[in-house]
Amino acid sequence: MTTPASATGTAAPPRSRSRGALVLVRFARNRLALVGIALVVALVLLAYAVPPFLHWTYHDNDFASLDTGPGAAHWFGTTHSGQDLFALTLRGLQKSLVVGLVGGPLTTLIAAVVGASAGYFGGWTDRVLMWFLDLMLVIPAFLLLAVLSPAFQHGTWLFFVILLAAFGWMITGRVVRSMTQTLREREYVLAARYMGVHPLVVIFRHILPNAASILIIDATVQVGAIVLGETSLSYFGFGIQAPDVSLGTLIAAGTPDANTSPWLFFFPAAFLVLIGLSVAFIGDGLRDAFDPTARGAKSRRRARPAVPRSRHARTARTARNPRRKPTAAVVPAAATQEGVTP
Amino acid sequence: MTHPTAVLGVPTSRPAAGSPVLTVSDLRVSFPGEAGRVHAVRGVDFTLHAGETLAVVGESGSGKSVTATAVLGLLPDDAEVSGSVRLGDRELLGLSDRRMSAIRGRDIGMVFQDPLSALTPVFSVGTQLVEALRIHQDLTAAQARERALELLDLVGIPDPRRRVDAFPHEFSGGMRQRAMIAMAIANDPEVIIADEPTTALDVTIQAQVLEVLRKAQEVTGAAILMITHDLGVVAGMADRVVVMYAGKPVETGTADELFATPRMPYTIGLLGSVPRLDAGDRTALTPIEGTPPSMVDLPAGCPFAARCPVAVDRCRTEEPALRAVTTGAAHATACHRAQEIDAPGGIPSPGMFPTPASPRRPGGLPRAERPEVLRVTNLTKHFPLLRGSVFKHRVGTVRAVDGVDFDIREGETLALVGESGCGKTTTMLQILDLAGRRAGSVAVLGKDVGRLDGRGRRELRRDLQVVFQDPMASLDSRMPVGDILAEPLRTHGWDRARIAGRVPELLRLVGLLPEHAERYPAEFSGGQRQRIGIARALALDPKLIVLDEPVSALDVSIQAGVINLLDELQAELGLSYLFIAHDLSVIRHIADRVAVMYLGRIVEAGDVEDVFARPAHPYTQALLSAVPLPDPRKERQRRRIILQGDLPSPADTPSGCRFRTRCPKYRDLAPAESGRCDTEDPAAGVLGEDHSAACHFAAALEVL
Ligand code: SF4
Ligand code: SF4
Repeated sequence: MTTPASATGTAAPPRSRSRGALVLVRFARNRLALVGIALVVALVLLAYAVPPFLHWTYHDNDFASLDTGPGAAHWFGTTHSGQDLFALTLRGLQKSLVVGLVGGPLTTLIAAVVGASAGYFGGWTDRVLMWFLDLMLVIPAFLLLAVLSPAFQHGTWLFFVILLAAFGWMITGRVVRSMTQTLREREYVLAARYMGVHPLVVIFRHILPNAASILIIDATVQVGAIVLGETSLSYFGFGIQAPDVSLGTLIAAGTPDANTSPWLFFFPAAFLVLIGLSVAFIGDGLRDAFDPTARGAKSRRRARPAVPRSRHARTARTARNPRRKPTAAVVPAAATQEGVTP
Repeated sequence: MTHPTAVLGVPTSRPAAGSPVLTVSDLRVSFPGEAGRVHAVRGVDFTLHAGETLAVVGESGSGKSVTATAVLGLLPDDAEVSGSVRLGDRELLGLSDRRMSAIRGRDIGMVFQDPLSALTPVFSVGTQLVEALRIHQDLTAAQARERALELLDLVGIPDPRRRVDAFPHEFSGGMRQRAMIAMAIANDPEVIIADEPTTALDVTIQAQVLEVLRKAQEVTGAAILMITHDLGVVAGMADRVVVMYAGKPVETGTADELFATPRMPYTIGLLGSVPRLDAGDRTALTPIEGTPPSMVDLPAGCPFAARCPVAVDRCRTEEPALRAVTTGAAHATACHRAQEIDAPGGIPSPGMFPTPASPRRPGGLPRAERPEVLRVTNLTKHFPLLRGSVFKHRVGTVRAVDGVDFDIREGETLALVGESGCGKTTTMLQILDLAGRRAGSVAVLGKDVGRLDGRGRRELRRDLQVVFQDPMASLDSRMPVGDILAEPLRTHGWDRARIAGRVPELLRLVGLLPEHAERYPAEFSGGQRQRIGIARALALDPKLIVLDEPVSALDVSIQAGVINLLDELQAELGLSYLFIAHDLSVIRHIADRVAVMYLGRIVEAGDVEDVFARPAHPYTQALLSAVPLPDPRKERQRRRIILQGDLPSPADTPSGCRFRTRCPKYRDLAPAESGRCDTEDPAAGVLGEDHSAACHFAAALEVL
């Protein structure tokens, strides 16, 4: 039965697509994810391409209209000192997009690498990394910043983003570590190890993709958190300093007046929500693309495996000892012939 | 339709033997599923008579367990049930939960596969038994406890007075199953439903538990409805058998008829695909091609038509009904061609399913002249036993592997067998780790692993590959099959073009199609996934493959195909296998040599034919005699050696011979002789050209 004549006849079959390609294809099938991408692109265009054409720049003051609501002259209204809120919001958007889109995933990346290394290697690596992680958790961030601030006063935005990420990864890092500790014992990880695959490759090829759901959710949440978190850093003289603005600083400045001059709060907040929403869409799409059992990412052309995936069928199966329990009940409609004998 | 008075009344007299106690007719069950309604049971009829054992057999997905669950009234709320289930003259379908629970545990006893989930972990076994007794009977606490002790004694729990207050997790698997049986018979039920009662247990423990089940039946006179996939267990236990396929009974009859003269192609195929311990030479098994149909939208006609070698056009349009083979007989089949099978001039059942020819083995050189592929010398692995949560201190040593020696020559298969806890898995991991520092030595292809540097070790990994037991767990579910197969190649520096050529080649080698490379593992059936696992192991053209229970998670009809594939690949590619297994029947079909492990040691080793025909170590004898044969006649004639008790903890190995605490021979020895077993650790004694056993009093005994 090892001689599938039907297959031997076909000359050089087309090269099969790898995981990367398949994930991409599956991602592209998710409509909401594409909306997310479009939204991000639109936001970037708005933030960078529109300001040169505006009548007001973000540091101009229109002393004729202080603290006015949205109108024809100032679409989003003005601040107490007469700055055009539309221009300010776009300027803030520029900064926050960069900080959020780079900082969020970076935070997760640090968490993933540290957590997975600690969990996978165990022993001393684990102890040292966890010790460091706990240290980061207990030392108040502002204390460290106060010490560091004179030295890094004039760092670039990149440095600033890294700093933000450095203070946000610890909780996720712990979660990833405990997930890794269970994944490490899985047979496919053992199989890779016995193939001689380098440990770091195992982490990136097998451990992290299987923790992808949580990592992606974390990254999307971190984007929002980091945009807001950036304001607290501004107190220490890092990053965005007046007269420059970010969405975070705008929201912080607008919050006290949310009752009297609601536009000062709502317009920047609305843009933050838009960033968050688009990232959430993309995250969802990525998660489904990585997860082969997700429904949304399946091609609609290919029949779903006709697996009786009812809750009971599954519980009935898992209640069994896996050892001698036959598991061959799963019958993919697309691959019906066991052994595919001609 | 229900009889409320009957439900409340306690049955005063036992139904006479032979009268029907449980009647199931036209039972149908369906569940909502993602892809549509799953018709798990599609019309089941059977009658269970007082005092008899009826076995419902089938592979996974055949609907046998759902049938049992439906009889017990334990189906989830969204299941749709129709038909009738009558206990005596009471209709059980449609009874309220409260009424049903009054019946369960009193009139119907239950034994499940996993007693740990059926026993409440926070109450002691005694408390649960007392509760079960007092719910259904009018007993004082003291009376109930007394009765509980009797029951525990009856099911063979040693020292019940001390054990009665133990918690379920303090019991071993076998003990828990005994406790479960005690609970099932506590209220003298009319019917005991046993759903795969021994599937999770080792064979020697399985033999004990089946013995207890028989005893329980004798004492209570209950009828047993046994749900199982193991044809050996059926042959030993059942009076009558119902074979299920795709939610329907396809053949019923007495056990003798069914095993001797099966008339339905599926049953014939199933019996042909079972590896048998008593098979003669190493022969190829007969697989049933294909997989069972989807229960969501069954094609019209006979559900077995797609896999049936004798299907005709009519089979694809009209579903056969269950009909008596000869009018009035109890033996019935659901097959259009039943009359022709084994009839003069009809279809002979032997050879109905094509058996692949046993692959030619490049016999050639005698064993001693073939190069050594693996040599393990005095392999030892001890784990420290730690206590304390803050300050860990060593309180003992777990001797998981304690001095193991064996070797594998080119082109042969060595099976390492033993029950759980014997150290076979630790031995395997020790070999695969290729770790440098260790007690004892491992040499692969003549290279001592301890002397290799990192580079040499990586090189060696090419020649040493592994296939794991659970085909779902051993494939990364997030990688397409192509990437899975490419992984070993990439790791060992193959370039893209070569990998692209090799992947389809590998898929074909194991009987899959090149197109399958783009699919994810979840899209394949268990057997196909295991083929992918094998393909991955073959990727680098290894010399030695370690097979860790590669077929134990598969259904028998699928298992046969995988075993044949392994056999063919070995002959074709000159591979050597180290086959880790607990199933002796499978070993008989695939191994050339066998090594039996007990408590971290090899107790008997040698040529398979020799060891199986003339086992010399008392443990091997017990192990072989505990394996049920799929043949009721032979089963009845066999004398079982039932081992006492459980495996001792490897942290506390007995002095002298490790098997002493359970050895049947030891008990029969004169004190002068048995003293030797107490004090002197037996060394492996040579018994034949390729046969050795570690027992002071080794003597061959025929047990099959
Ligand atoms: S009815 Fe037809 S397809 Fe079904 S088992 Fe009989 S011969 Fe085979
Ligand atoms: S040495 Fe003694 S105790 Fe051990 S197996 Fe032989 S007879 Fe039994």
